[in-house]
Amino acid sequence: MVSFDVHDGELFGLVGPDGAGKTTLFRLLVSLIKPDSGSSLVLGLDPVRDLWALRRRVGYMPGRFSLYTDLSVRENLEFFAAVCSTSVEEGYDTIAPIYRQIERFADRRAGALSGGMKQKLALSCALVHRPDILFLDEPTTGVDALSRREFWDLLDSLRASGLTTIVSTPYMDEAMRCDRVALLQAGRILAIDAPEAIGARFPRALFGVSVRERSTVLNALRQFPTVASAYPFGDTVHVSDTRADISESVVMQELEAHLRHAGFSDIVITRIDAGIEDVFIELMGVPQGAVAA
Amino acid sequence: MITIQARELTRTFGTFTAVNAISFEVHRGEVFGFLGANGAGKTTAIRMLTGLLAPSGGEAQVAGFDIKHEPARVRERIGYMSQRFSLYDDLTVRENIRLYGGIYGLSDAEIAARGDRLLDQLSFADNATALVRSLPLGWKQKLAFSVALLHKPAVVFLDEPTGGVDPVTRRQFWELIYRAADDGTTVFVTTHYLDEAEYCDRVSIMVDGRIAALGTPAALKAQLNAKDLDEVFVRLARGAEQS
Repeated sequence: MVSFDVHDGELFGLVGPDGAGKTTLFRLLVSLIKPDSGSSLVLGLDPVRDLWALRRRVGYMPGRFSLYTDLSVRENLEFFAAVCSTSVEEGYDTIAPIYRQIERFADRRAGALSGGMKQKLALSCALVHRPDILFLDEPTTGVDALSRREFWDLLDSLRASGLTTIVSTPYMDEAMRCDRVALLQAGRILAIDAPEAIGARFPRALFGVSVRERSTVLNALRQFPTVASAYPFGDTVHVSDTRADISESVVMQELEAHLRHAGFSDIVITRIDAGIEDVFIELMGVPQGAVAA
Repeated sequence: MITIQARELTRTFGTFTAVNAISFEVHRGEVFGFLGANGAGKTTAIRMLTGLLAPSGGEAQVAGFDIKHEPARVRERIGYMSQRFSLYDDLTVRENIRLYGGIYGLSDAEIAARGDRLLDQLSFADNATALVRSLPLGWKQKLAFSVALLHKPAVVFLDEPTGGVDPVTRRQFWELIYRAADDGTTVFVTTHYLDEAEYCDRVSIMVDGRIAALGTPAALKAQLNAKDLDEVFVRLARGAEQS
């Protein structure tokens, strides 16, 4: 049971792992499946009652590559335009910023495109009928970091044109490029907010700890009696303490003494701001003991 | 001790050079991140290092064996796990363990003993008879990793092991990786999550068939004056596109 609003012209992110319910939510909103209960309105239309009116006005890029691999780039585009009773020419201005990047491959079979180009073609096909709202289901999964960044640059230009866009991603860092995000886990929304505001929801002071002997530091920190959470973030461990009534500098001194006593060296402890991933983990509510599976 | 040594390793397909004279070494118990853009040559390099594809030039030793002349020996001494393919969905947890143990030539007694230990370590004993299909993704991946270590390989190759899993499961997975490395297993891992590459002892970044950068995450960041590995990666990959 999820409830949320997306505003006109917003770039809205659904962030969560596989199985969180992102794809099911998209399929409900674009009228491909019916809800067991509850309802939604997309562009003021009910996806169950008004599905044909709605389908003409939404653009949808499903998670898996959904184009016809045996048709050429141009033929795919023409097909999707024809299905929506329009033509590539009529939609050209809308797709131009994206389609121009692959236009020189217009005669190539879609199946023979690189991953990044497939993605641009799929986006062009989702836009060719000039939709009023765009749904993108994990458009950057399996794509390398540079192509991901370029794809988000394209989404920025779509946002500038005023198009409402809902995009899902398992990558927490991509949430930062949305106007607002919903964090999704196991079919429920953990939080909805502007990405910068989500970090502030972390309920305790957070510290970054790094040491030379990093493979054993996690367990050492979890053995500290008042540690509330300890999770690795690359070469740093993010740690918080249950005691709200103790000053941060005292906590830092105690952690350092604990680690030094346990034989660690090159200990660096700093106060850090929580990010989306810290908050996501916190809101998932996993008991600390379950971590060392 | 060195578990992977590549010297001028090269693979061409017709006129296209997928891997262009790469040289590097990976030490025993090291967690080595093997990064690169799609199409940079990572998969071709991994297929050579796992004894599945003969090099066109250069040489490499993996776990003490030559990949060109002794590929079967190499394959016996390595483990492999990828996000796309690892376990059989239609078999139970225990059947998967038995199958892989058999493929790697373990005796029935060894399979039983190591299988029990594996299930115990993952707290999976209650699920031994569950079909793999019915397991949550994160469990499958942890199980697949442990199964890839069943025959105690010198090196385990992990190809995008954590795609799509939640942030807690990703971290549990990395704890398993560290534990394996502490036990002396060399871990060779590819990922598109650049924040995850920061967990590695050293990373290499492939661009257009060559290794464009190699070092500890801290050293690479310092070298390119970048705030994180994502920035390092994008700058190297973008440089290649413009050249």
